[in-house]
Amino acid sequence: MKKILQIILVLTFTASISGFVLSSVNKWARPFIEENRIRAISQAIFLVQSEGKKYEKLNIGELDAYKVFDENNNSIGFAVVHQGNGFQGPIKLIFGINEELNRIKSIEILEQVETPGLGTLITEDDFKNRFKNLNAQSIIKIVKGKKPSNDYEVQAITGATISSKAVVEIINDAIAKLKKHNGIEK
Amino acid sequence: MKKQVSLHYEFLKGLWEIHPIFKQALGLCPTLAVTVSAINGLAMGLATTFVLIFSSVIISSIRKIVPNQVRIATFILIISTFVTIVDLVMKAKFPELSKALGPFIPLIVVNCLILGRAEAFASKNKIFRSFLDALGNGTGFLLALVVLGSIRELLGTRCIFGFQILPDGFSTWMVMILPAGAFLTLGLLLGFANAYTKWKKEKSEKEILITN
Repeated sequence: MKKILQIILVLTFTASISGFVLSSVNKWARPFIEENRIRAISQAIFLVQSEGKKYEKLNIGELDAYKVFDENNNSIGFAVVHQGNGFQGPIKLIFGINEELNRIKSIEILEQVETPGLGTLITEDDFKNRFKNLNAQSIIKIVKGKKPSNDYEVQAITGATISSKAVVEIINDAIAKLKKHNGIEK
Repeated sequence: MKKQVSLHYEFLKGLWEIHPIFKQALGLCPTLAVTVSAINGLAMGLATTFVLIFSSVIISSIRKIVPNQVRIATFILIISTFVTIVDLVMKAKFPELSKALGPFIPLIVVNCLILGRAEAFASKNKIFRSFLDALGNGTGFLLALVVLGSIRELLGTRCIFGFQILPDGFSTWMVMILPAGAFLTLGLLLGFANAYTKWKKEKSEKEILITN
């Protein structure tokens, strides 16, 4: 009986102390974590919309989209965070697009777990620059092993076709959803 | 009666004699997974050492009141408390590192090095000795992770801690930053450590023969 009491007491005691300590640490850390999250988002938005100075979140169900404004409060387009399946896991990216939703400004990869040295090349400037000023009027197409001949085509990375394709598909999907929401049907 | 060893040996033994990775082969999961770069190894080593020291001290100080039946549960509770603290602090203050280490920070809870030291040492020894033991084992773990991370980063990206060491002409070994590189490097290091131990043992045996 004494043993059981001791077991209960020790476990309750350690658990309550641990709970108390953790809740205080959490209380201290919460605002910093929130601040980091917001900073990461705004940094990414202004990276893909370089003239952007302000942004506001749009309310589009599953799509994480932001309307971006320049210094004179004129709307200069959208920044969209979207994710989809890559080669080994989800790829999360953000891209900037103009008001009419027909020209991509630039893209940035936020999270990926692709093969190091191959799929991870999607995070390098060389690949990201292929999306600059891309025509997004219809869907973006991927070409293999040759330079793109139309302004809506992107060349895939050699050895990382699936990762390149995934990026294009994520962007296409996001644009389609955004068009639907804005009432611009293809 | 147990032989009492000197205090500085309690610390030093963790650096070689009972080295957590090379001798006990404990905590290999994070060792293999996070050491793609030296900075990741350093961060992981520091986080593990922090958890190891604090949980060892606490476990050692309450060792007499914890009933044998629930000792593992109590140890895990204490360990996970410190791991969560590390996780939250890193997320708040070092978001980049926290992102790079991903789920491996919360997984320190199940790093068998920490529970191993708690069970084998801290639950049987005085507070100061447990502290030294944890410090020694943590330092040993940290050094091994930094060495492993440096080798892989150097051969995989030509850099150590982000500073370029090898010339551009050096063609990078892609395999070193892939999981396979972790197994290769760790295997070679373990092999060298064992070969050295064997060589030293044979040498001391020879010396004994000669002096006799």
